[in-house]
Amino acid sequence: MLGNTNVQLDIPIQMEYVSLVRILISDLAQSRREIDPQKVNDLKLAISEACTNAIEAHKAIHSDQKIKIAWSEQPDHFEVSIRDFGKGFDIEALPKHPPVTDPERLNFERGLGIPLIKALMDEVSFNSSSEGTFVKMIVFCQPLEKKLDFDSEL
Amino acid sequence: MDLGLDVIEQNGYTVLSVKGEVDVYTAPRLRERLVELVSEGARKIVVDLEQVEFLDSTGLGVLVGGLKRLRSNDGDLSLVCTQTRILKVFEITGLTKVFSIYNSIEDATNGE
Repeated sequence: MLGNTNVQLDIPIQMEYVSLVRILISDLAQSRREIDPQKVNDLKLAISEACTNAIEAHKAIHSDQKIKIAWSEQPDHFEVSIRDFGKGFDIEALPKHPPVTDPERLNFERGLGIPLIKALMDEVSFNSSSEGTFVKMIVFCQPLEKKLDFDSEL
Repeated sequence: MDLGLDVIEQNGYTVLSVKGEVDVYTAPRLRERLVELVSEGARKIVVDLEQVEFLDSTGLGVLVGGLKRLRSNDGDLSLVCTQTRILKVFEITGLTKVFSIYNSIEDATNGE
């Protein structure tokens, strides 16, 4: 029987760790869940965006505190959360990009990460305050029938 | 993490073929290479994304910046991409309407 398996990972404030997190979490998802390959790609992208934002939030305040990544799963879904301890942001106040047909659009190289996360994940929540930001991303899928079940009896 | 950046000239176009993963760690190298090419005089650049395994919003931002730089120098930047997982990132963000995206280097360098 599937237990509520949790994995936690703390990563340093270095951009090279972003690829490590997306590989680790996507491998975990594929090894434990019935997940469509396209959804794995979506998950990799969403993780990359959230981790990048988290590391940038720490760099902005010159913090070397580690970012906290967590994986947990339930029978009908799994969750990935990314917690940083930056100064937070108001998700409702994020700048809007000009329409793509507007030449001014080319002046905006950033700000696509959160829209991508929202578009790619089944559910996502952002809780942000002056003490940091907690992003929770949910993907609905069933457990693999034959999996490495950490909780099964031998 | 390696990022391959190979340049060839074809039909008057500068073709930059990118190989590997383009994210916040590797995207600065892509930006540097694009800036170098423009400063060396390239005005019609095709970025070939066919061997890109992963592209996030940082990579998108670099390409938008490259397009802006070229257009401000009377040039243009187009893309070659047929991979669904990479095209999806452009589609979600609406950038398929900003970039000319071709199925092959031949099509891009013929302007078809």
